[in-house]
Amino acid sequence: MTSWLDALIQGVLLGGLYALFAAGLSLMFGVMRLVNLAHGDLIVLAAFVILFLAAKLGLDPFVAVLVALPIVFVAGFALQYVLLNRTLGRDLLPPLLVTFGLSIIIENGLLQLFSADSQRLRSGAIETASIPLGGGIAIGVVPLLTLLSAIAVIVLLNLIFYRTPIGRAFRATSDDLEVAQLMGIDHKRIFAIAMGLGFVVTTIAALYLGLRANFDPTIGPARLLYAFEAVIIGGLGSFWGTLAGGIVLGLAQTIGARIDPEWQILAGHLAFLVVLVIKPRGLFPRAQD
Amino acid sequence: MHPLLETRQLKAFYGDFQALFGIDMTLDAGETVAIIGANGAGKSTFLKAIAGLIHGEADNVLLDGTPIGARSASDIVRLGVALVPEGRRLFPSLTVEENLLIGDYGCKVPGPWTLDRVYALFPVLRERRHSATPALSGGQQQMVAIGRALMSNPRVLLCDEISLGLAPIIIAGIYAGLPQIKAEGTSVVLVEQDIVQAMKVADRVYCFQEGRLSLTGRPRDLTREQIHRAYFGA
Repeated sequence: MTSWLDALIQGVLLGGLYALFAAGLSLMFGVMRLVNLAHGDLIVLAAFVILFLAAKLGLDPFVAVLVALPIVFVAGFALQYVLLNRTLGRDLLPPLLVTFGLSIIIENGLLQLFSADSQRLRSGAIETASIPLGGGIAIGVVPLLTLLSAIAVIVLLNLIFYRTPIGRAFRATSDDLEVAQLMGIDHKRIFAIAMGLGFVVTTIAALYLGLRANFDPTIGPARLLYAFEAVIIGGLGSFWGTLAGGIVLGLAQTIGARIDPEWQILAGHLAFLVVLVIKPRGLFPRAQD
Repeated sequence: MHPLLETRQLKAFYGDFQALFGIDMTLDAGETVAIIGANGAGKSTFLKAIAGLIHGEADNVLLDGTPIGARSASDIVRLGVALVPEGRRLFPSLTVEENLLIGDYGCKVPGPWTLDRVYALFPVLRERRHSATPALSGGQQQMVAIGRALMSNPRVLLCDEISLGLAPIIIAGIYAGLPQIKAEGTSVVLVEQDIVQAMKVADRVYCFQEGRLSLTGRPRDLTREQIHRAYFGA
């Protein structure tokens, strides 16, 4: 019984990481209708940025990420403004092709710069610290911080989207691009700000990816898959749905692993398929999508 | 002295299809001009071309004598030309109040139109300010669409078929707000299929037929036969 309870708790905590992977993707799709095939590689790229800053400046990863956030915001803004805005239109294929190409460029660029060796973000004792809950169950501090950060990110994104003028502009642009322009909204700038924000969320996800597990330049596509599954399970366009989707995926994987360690990944994919069959629009879809 | 808004030989295309064939129009400050014509005459295209949603040559559209025909829609609203689009096209994920507030997002021009002033013009919107717009009646949605355009304090308000699909009593209520809008110094270009309504409120009328100007004049100077011929081409 204890082992099942432990599986549930660890599943929820793992779901926090998947929700962080998915939040950036959900934001980009929610505002720009952009299916970003490079999202997984961008998470890995951000992890290498944190690793690089931490090593060069002698910083703890938690401090290095604060240095990285403004840099990645500008990088995301520039990427959208200069490149991705040109791909958006009625045809869905150009953004898919361009982000697929971007994914290949990032992966190979990282292999060239950092080699295929596994890396890890080092943050001292906190990496292995845990909080005993009694009955032989303990929760890791980093997994707990991951889940709390995911909740904080979702709350902040909701505040930005539903309580600020820029959030209104995000939603208006997503609803009707043509009429948004009639409101004086420069949609290219709005998209670039959204991508910058997406990069910030992606970098927070990268911090916990690097603290919880080894990473190397080739693991991006699997992170993309988990992010996609979490977004689809939760329902497109809903941040709280994305958190729920991440937790469902995390729970499915840990329960699958408890039954048989080889079933961990398979169980996540099966949960995704089951949700797709039962609720094709996800658990918490946005009303007008 | 330039007209406030002027189109000179305005042409518009959808791909290879030409929708407008050289339209000349002027709008003076304080004036209301009505554009009438049958379905497919090019009325909505005309407003879209002025608002920057369809691009043409720079000097085909002039505001205060300045060419704006090649400017983007977001630039043109900042210059003082706002469009109430056909079919309202409110933002469904925004509440009534958010739809109004987004109206001045890109152009915070000081002027008479504020949230309170729009609520004074259409009091029912204050009561429904936290409602989702798909839950509103057609008339209320049209009020939001007009209020949203007014929030940018435009000098020129372009209204595309604001009576479309509404009951006569609702149309009367919406048109009752026009004198207040004009009194605040906003000039109006009104696209209407309801000829009677258009003739009542317009200072001048332009009739379109298959993308060409078929008649223009003051409502009192135009006969029923002239309008019929210009409207239907019969």
